[in-house]
Amino acid sequence: MFTAERVADAKDWIKGETGDWEVIIGLEVHAQVSSNSKLFSGSSTEYGSEPNSQVSLVDAGMPGMLPVVNEYCIEQAIKTGLGLNAKINLYSRFDRKNYFYVDLPQGYQISQFEHPIVGEGNIEILPIDSDGNTMDPVSVGIERLHLEQDAGKSVHDLSPDETYVDLNRCGVALMEIVSKPDMRSPEEASAYVDKLRGIVRALGTCDGDMEKGNLRADVNVSVRKPGGELGTRCEIKNVNSMRFIRQAINYEARRHIEILESGGSIDQETRLFDSLKGETRTMRSKEDAHDYRYFPDPDLLPLNIEQSYVDDLKAKLPELPDAIKSRFMDDYKLSEYDARILTADKIKSDFYEIVANGRDAKIAANWTMGDLFGALNKSGLDLNATPVSAKMLGELIDRISDNTISGKIAKSVFERMFNGEGNADEIIEAQGLKQVTDVGAISVIVDEVIANNKDQAQKAVANPKLLGFFVGQVMKATQGKANPQVVNKLLREKLGL
Amino acid sequence: MPLLTRAYVIMEFFVSNQKNVVNVEDVKKIARLSRLRVEDTELQSLADDLSGILGWIEQLNEVDVDKVEPMTSAVAMKSPMRKDIVSDGDKRDQILKNAPKKDDGFFVVPRSVE
Amino acid sequence: MTDLTKYTLNDALDAMNKGEFTSEELTTAHIKACENATKLNVFITSSFEHALEAAKNSDKRRAKGNIGLIEGAPLGVKDLFCTAGVKTTAGSKILDQFEPTYESSVTSNMNSQGMVMLGKLNLDEFAMGSSNETSAYGPVINPWKKDEKLVPGGSSGGSAAAVAADLCLGATATDTGGSIRQPASFTGTVGIKPTYGRCSRWGTVAFASSLDQAGPIAKTVKDAAILLQSMAGYDEKDSTSLNIPVPNWKTSCDKSIKGQKIGIPKEYMIDGMPRDIQLLWDQGIEWLKDSGAEIIPISLPHTKYALPAYYVVAPAEASSNLARYDGMRYGLRAEGSDLNDTYSRTRTMGFGDEVKRRIMIGTYVLSAGYYDAYYLRAQKVRARIVEDFENAWHKCDTILTPTAPSAPFTLGRKVVDPVEMYLNDIFTVTTNLAGLPGISIPAGLNQDGLPLGLQVIGKALDEDNVFATASALERAANFNLKPKKWWIE
Repeated sequence: MFTAERVADAKDWIKGETGDWEVIIGLEVHAQVSSNSKLFSGSSTEYGSEPNSQVSLVDAGMPGMLPVVNEYCIEQAIKTGLGLNAKINLYSRFDRKNYFYVDLPQGYQISQFEHPIVGEGNIEILPIDSDGNTMDPVSVGIERLHLEQDAGKSVHDLSPDETYVDLNRCGVALMEIVSKPDMRSPEEASAYVDKLRGIVRALGTCDGDMEKGNLRADVNVSVRKPGGELGTRCEIKNVNSMRFIRQAINYEARRHIEILESGGSIDQETRLFDSLKGETRTMRSKEDAHDYRYFPDPDLLPLNIEQSYVDDLKAKLPELPDAIKSRFMDDYKLSEYDARILTADKIKSDFYEIVANGRDAKIAANWTMGDLFGALNKSGLDLNATPVSAKMLGELIDRISDNTISGKIAKSVFERMFNGEGNADEIIEAQGLKQVTDVGAISVIVDEVIANNKDQAQKAVANPKLLGFFVGQVMKATQGKANPQVVNKLLREKLGL
Repeated sequence: MPLLTRAYVIMEFFVSNQKNVVNVEDVKKIARLSRLRVEDTELQSLADDLSGILGWIEQLNEVDVDKVEPMTSAVAMKSPMRKDIVSDGDKRDQILKNAPKKDDGFFVVPRSVE
Repeated sequence: MTDLTKYTLNDALDAMNKGEFTSEELTTAHIKACENATKLNVFITSSFEHALEAAKNSDKRRAKGNIGLIEGAPLGVKDLFCTAGVKTTAGSKILDQFEPTYESSVTSNMNSQGMVMLGKLNLDEFAMGSSNETSAYGPVINPWKKDEKLVPGGSSGGSAAAVAADLCLGATATDTGGSIRQPASFTGTVGIKPTYGRCSRWGTVAFASSLDQAGPIAKTVKDAAILLQSMAGYDEKDSTSLNIPVPNWKTSCDKSIKGQKIGIPKEYMIDGMPRDIQLLWDQGIEWLKDSGAEIIPISLPHTKYALPAYYVVAPAEASSNLARYDGMRYGLRAEGSDLNDTYSRTRTMGFGDEVKRRIMIGTYVLSAGYYDAYYLRAQKVRARIVEDFENAWHKCDTILTPTAPSAPFTLGRKVVDPVEMYLNDIFTVTTNLAGLPGISIPAGLNQDGLPLGLQVIGKALDEDNVFATASALERAANFNLKPKKWWIE
């Protein structure tokens, strides 16, 4: 199972004292299912409520209590599995993972050990380096996805020698997505989490909110000589931001390398990432923590899913970011770079499709990515809150293609639109920005400009670059409203170019 | 002596001639895993008791279970499922009623450090 | 006035319907009997005041024509069923002060059928035992007495003794390896464990989830049928609950068994079987022949492996089910120096020796490296046992065996080898492993004048034939003996 065949590119090797090392990374991502109620009980999963207000007798592990599985959670797990191009296991089962802790009322967690609901799959990730450049795509294997209960919350700082326990989160459904150890750099790891996040959000199976802890990663790190024998790995638990994931991996890899190069050996252990110090440290060891004594939960029956149910879900799956990106590249002939930006999420891709509908795809892309996204970033606004709708942006582009305004004027019209002054037509009207295309009218002005600049006019044939000067003069005389193509044509004729 | 006890004595003889299946170290480990304390003076006798029981259980190895699916549920039926509606919770008083110690809506328990 | 405690449940219900006496009168008589029976130690918690209130309310309902299946009947409830507002201990120190805020589905069903609960009955701690000697509240004394005090069997010793001593018209109990049937056999009462999934386990303190089933202990087969009907039923809160209607089993009791085939399994004729039990079994065979049934010898080849398989599966599931008793959210807490120390102190103090032993066996068989060898193998052996029965059902409709391998034994008898105690369940565990219904009826006395029971095992969901066959035996045996009430001051 743990083969880690892939050898990292040399660019990702870490230089140690004695030579190069590569880092082997596997991730276990816990994604909270976006369900209304918990996996095995009917309590609410809402965030931030009063302690122990969303706890049922089942959640609290009272004597005689029994679990009943939430159908919706099964559905979400299958959908996510399909989004990971993974095998859906028609037979799966819940097992008990037994250990003692204050946030685990039953003294066991109901999880899936031997027969998870989703088996092997894979996704393609596009790592981005520290300069923001996209690197080559990497295929990351998925080992499995299984459903399990989340634990409650222990609060240690309300009392010096006691712990306060809130079971609201206890029993909430989690999808644990286990990757194969295919990643070789911190950038690959964060790209993987980012990709997973995009998939579950697109599918609606998890909201991907890392700040609330609805998506968190356990990072498994080990090092080896490039292509060599696998080293001992350590697990860094509950890392809840992309940046921390990269920092934790960097720190941990170097920690391993230092130990190994000085002749020591790595203890297989579980660690925590201290985000303030940027370091990992050992968790107080849970004695015999690894003997979980898994066995099938006798209070639950095995799950037997019909293939037709899976097929039905597959048919109804929303289009995933990858598929949309491919489609944009095919249909709109966009570059990979442009397509990636425009399909980063559903809101963006939907927006673009409206703008591009019946218009030049590249122009639509430039206006969307360059002007609109640029303006939004500068104002700190999300696409959700854009003052310029897709329809409005499209209309602006139309006014350029029908020659009502020039591309240059359009930029200032856009600015006014973004400031809430109305749509393109309203602003063009109000500001009198309509482009002048009347050949006759422009001809008059061209003649005037030539007449006022006789010397340059004579030199123009010898020095065709002077055309630019004349174009500028005509545009100035017309407050930029003259149609540049007409101006160019007339000037060339009259100057004899 | 009741006839059944005679059968016992024979079995006990058989069992005591076997190597101890469970030793003192095993008992310590099991006790720790199950959060039970066993006094040092009790360790050996508990090891003997458990060895006897497990030795008796060894006869299960006589059964041919080749290609047999383990029984995972006594009843052959489809797993019942619940609809995803909020139908429970919101009963903090009941949840905390029997708590040995509570404060401000929380369970209060001995400190556990991570 | 007639001694109202001598009535059967069925007759008392009829009498109340005819207006011969009220539930209040009936309940008062039983409370008096209970108060005089403290020597038997059947109650952990008595709730006599509530019972009288309930009885009065029942009489009011009856006056309006609202008559449930067990309307106004004073009954006992094994202290393993959570009863709202009434202490529920599971016979353990660890739940000594635990008062549930919720009602088990089984007792809830019974309440809606008009039960009058007299109190919570004593049991082996967490239902682990076959003599009611492991209770933290002291042993129960079998109303049947020789020279010394005898055990009533277990784990439902309190339930069986209470019914045998006419302290209640019936009682609820649970059966994981024989805990209804064996005490019924030891006390001359009727006890049935239904098909797995007939009764909901929600709110019943769990011992071994895949084996536990609730059922009644009663004075007659018909009483047991009425009680079981009031207890059973689908519960969506229990994923193992069977979604099928509850039949009217009272009518099964009058069904003829002419032409039925009764299987006699040769593997149940164990070495060293006491002679009077063999004789009783032979007698039972004759009775059934007389009732028109055909006797078929059958083989259940894996019978001898049932007990060891049970002693892997049950402790394994129990070790996990009892992990929640940790002193954090309810029950006993014995403060220690830190979290783990508190866990250990609490559980060591709170659990008795037998419970601790079984938790440790369970933990061992599930631990790393042993799961395949023990638990997985035991579950496969279990599948073989199910196969044995399925093959048998091609040849017969029900199976007749003795219930227990001995008559009730002396209280406090020193048991050197724990396995010896486990053998008490030798005839009953197979039905728990296979999830089948099994009933014990009192069939006769042994040479010392102590009760012996016969067991009828049926196909899954075929309680109908089980009740019919048991009723035929009951009529033939005509066991209407009762222990002398030596415990009254």
